[in-house]
Amino acid sequence: MAAILSIDKLSVDFLTPRGTVSALRQVSLDVPRGSIVGIVGESGSGKSTLIAAATRLLSENAVIRGGTVEFDGEDMLNLPPDRLRALRGRRIAMVFQDPMTALNPVLSIGRQMIDIQYRDRLDRAGKRARAAEMLRRVGIPDAGARLDRFPHEFSGGMRQRIAIAMALLGNPDLLIADEPTTALDVTMEAQIIHLLREQRREFEGSILFISHNLGLIAELCDHVVILYAGEVVERGTVHDIFHRPSHPYTEALLVCDPARLSQASRALPTIGGEVPDLIRLPSGCIFAPRCPKAFARCRSAAPHTHVVTPEHTASCHLVPS
Amino acid sequence: MIPASAPASERAATRLARRILHDPIGLFGLVLVLIVVCSGLFADWIAPYDPLKLAVRERMADPSMSHLLGTDQLGRDILSRVIKGSQIALLVGLSATLLSLLGGLLLGLLAGYGPRWLDNLLLLLFDAVHAFPVIMLALAVITLFGPSLVTVLLVVVTVTVPRYARLVRTSTLSIKHAEFILAERALGARAPRILLHHIVPNAIGPLLIIASMDIPVVITLEAGLSFLGLGVPPPAPSWGRLLNEGYSFIRDTPWIVIGGGLPLIVTTLGFTFLGETLRDLLDPKLRKAL
Amino acid sequence: MLYYTIQRVGLALLICIVAMTAMFSLVYVIPGDPASIALGPRATPEMRQALAARMGLDRPVPIQIVNFFGNVLSGDLGVDVWSNRSVATSVFESLPYTLALAAAGLGWSVLVGIPLGCYSAARRNSLLDKLSGVLSVGAISMPSFVVAIYSLLLFAVTLGWLPAIGAGEPGQPLDQLGHLILPALAVGLGWVGYLARLVRASMLEVLGEPHIRTARSFGLPERMIVFRYALRIAVLPTVTLLGTGVGSLLSSAVFAEIVFNRPGIGQLVLGAVNTRNYPVVMGAVLVTVGLFTLCTLIADLLVAAYDPRIRAGL
Repeated sequence: MAAILSIDKLSVDFLTPRGTVSALRQVSLDVPRGSIVGIVGESGSGKSTLIAAATRLLSENAVIRGGTVEFDGEDMLNLPPDRLRALRGRRIAMVFQDPMTALNPVLSIGRQMIDIQYRDRLDRAGKRARAAEMLRRVGIPDAGARLDRFPHEFSGGMRQRIAIAMALLGNPDLLIADEPTTALDVTMEAQIIHLLREQRREFEGSILFISHNLGLIAELCDHVVILYAGEVVERGTVHDIFHRPSHPYTEALLVCDPARLSQASRALPTIGGEVPDLIRLPSGCIFAPRCPKAFARCRSAAPHTHVVTPEHTASCHLVPS
Repeated sequence: MIPASAPASERAATRLARRILHDPIGLFGLVLVLIVVCSGLFADWIAPYDPLKLAVRERMADPSMSHLLGTDQLGRDILSRVIKGSQIALLVGLSATLLSLLGGLLLGLLAGYGPRWLDNLLLLLFDAVHAFPVIMLALAVITLFGPSLVTVLLVVVTVTVPRYARLVRTSTLSIKHAEFILAERALGARAPRILLHHIVPNAIGPLLIIASMDIPVVITLEAGLSFLGLGVPPPAPSWGRLLNEGYSFIRDTPWIVIGGGLPLIVTTLGFTFLGETLRDLLDPKLRKAL
Repeated sequence: MLYYTIQRVGLALLICIVAMTAMFSLVYVIPGDPASIALGPRATPEMRQALAARMGLDRPVPIQIVNFFGNVLSGDLGVDVWSNRSVATSVFESLPYTLALAAAGLGWSVLVGIPLGCYSAARRNSLLDKLSGVLSVGAISMPSFVVAIYSLLLFAVTLGWLPAIGAGEPGQPLDQLGHLILPALAVGLGWVGYLARLVRASMLEVLGEPHIRTARSFGLPERMIVFRYALRIAVLPTVTLLGTGVGSLLSSAVFAEIVFNRPGIGQLVLGAVNTRNYPVVMGAVLVTVGLFTLCTLIADLLVAAYDPRIRAGL
């Protein structure tokens, strides 16, 4: 069965006063139906740009240089605006990173949840009931009365639950969650992840889950995509990535993950060097300047995608193919 | 945002100069303002005729090569009156603004640095002054004190001081609790030193910018009062006075009111354009407080 | 909301009291006594005493203050020094004309200015946006009495399209409307500029905020986003501006009344100033201060009703 979301060789630039920033280069990934795909990357890796590009929510100074994005067979990048609007909220829904600013502050959450259902032929009471039911499902107590409250009356964790409830209202085929727990403390984070896993059972769609937290990815996802400085450096199932990492960057990430440290030490391992300047890209492999295993070829020729197994690929000269 | 302890005004001044030179609108505004200022400074030299000289036989003449804006109902050259009027406008604008700045600085420092009850009292007074439509307050004062330059200045200053005082107060409050101030106080520095060395230099910058945008407002207010016959007394040819006299003769010749109104528009336009560019340099927090 | 309302009403009352006290005590700050000033230098001592008695100046000061407040509360604003007519009657006779003019000026400027600002924000950097930007600054830069005089010059004197003097025949609404056009134009022109600029800036700010992106990501129609999600927030600074701008609105109306020779507070007060008729001036000022304070209060409460964050004290 075809993937619900299929991104092929997507390249996006940003035009800034300092120069043209090459934010994404030839990014390809698939989200199979009914699966959870995680995107892992540091700040600046292009994770948010990727989903903004896929849902056409990019800022004005962004330019799509090439590639395609297909959602259930439809060409997202060339869709007419009303068709795009028809998909949004209904078949593709998003949960954003910062719950404190994601909701409109002067409208009650009930109002906002009812507005999302504007396409449905249901009377107001019916829409309200659906909203209340969804709030109950995400664990908001006293849901019926809470509908008339305003966002600032809820904590960050609750607001994120509300955001998830809003996203699930339309029973979307694809839920995109952009670092939904990054702004929350650990307890709330655990609750949100628990919520997502629970919903997963009832919710038949796919989830695209972005995070820099490897532990969450491991807990939640079926497939993982590792993004570095605008390129996909490795791709595979959760098992592949965590047990047989093939790209030096992935290996380094796993080593540096605080949750995995096997011995107490004062010095936390880090990846040396800095994220490359996306305006003046180095030649050769994008990770070469920081890679402990780099050799001469890495700096002159960019590696293409090497296949480890049909579902597991990595862009590294060291991978035999 | 905690400002550095070195005078921010120096850095701001260079940024300002650069900003204005690069922005066409700001530049245009600056040019207009300079025209008005030069006209005011050099009025006695550049006016083609004596603004007070009567020549009744040439009254209400249309513009011509000898009288570029025509003559008024008593034969006086309108252009000369306009140029002389800029002197009055500048005098009123600058002196009122200067006085308001001093008053605002003083009261603002008191409110921000002094005891809480004083702060509350001053705020209440500011709110009360703010509750008067300016023209009504002016008319009330003029009824009692009679029209004169002093009365006009008094009213203008009373109305503008609260705004500046609030600005200084905000600035003072934000710095008062800054850590380096606490450090200085721990070292035994007393209020006057802290005020002079730290608080005043930081408050001055935004204050001057705001004040410069008020100059056209002051000039317009005086012009309005003169139009009503209650401003600077005759024969001083303030622009408002021209409007007042021209209004009576509006069916005979339009040039008197044109002479009176046009410089007001040019002045306001110039300062507004200039002010736009200056406003961008303001700390956003203070901008919102206005 | 109730607590907030009580707070604001209390503050407004306090301000009014301070303002009234100031107006009253102004009389005592002047050199010489009010009666002498009113009568001029050629008055005899007997005339001065008679007038002083009429003005109540012969009683001790604290009694005067108490009397004053008592009178104001019961609606008595004193009497005209010359005609002995009740100040309250004179003021409330003239007030409707001024209010009508102010409302007309504000009304058309809101109807034009707010949509203009919205459109400019939605079509940023388009030709209309740039044009309206320039025109807005131009409109703001013209003092209202200058606009009044020039529109009188252009439309009434030179072109003869509209009447120059008066408020029109009572009982003939169309005639009165015709007489209202030019003065309302003068009063409202500056406001169109202010409103358009403020709404544009507010809308641009709000449209850039994350919650608007969320609304878009749910596919909400653009119209709903602009009007229900963005404008509702963006319009709040406008309401505040309108509230605090009533003062300058009244000033503009006063000038327009003088220029177009319309009945109203302007004519009343100007006449009183020229005859040193302080009770009338003070009465008019107090009424306008009260009105102004009421308007700012209403604006404050409206904003609080609209934006739940303000009620919560955030």
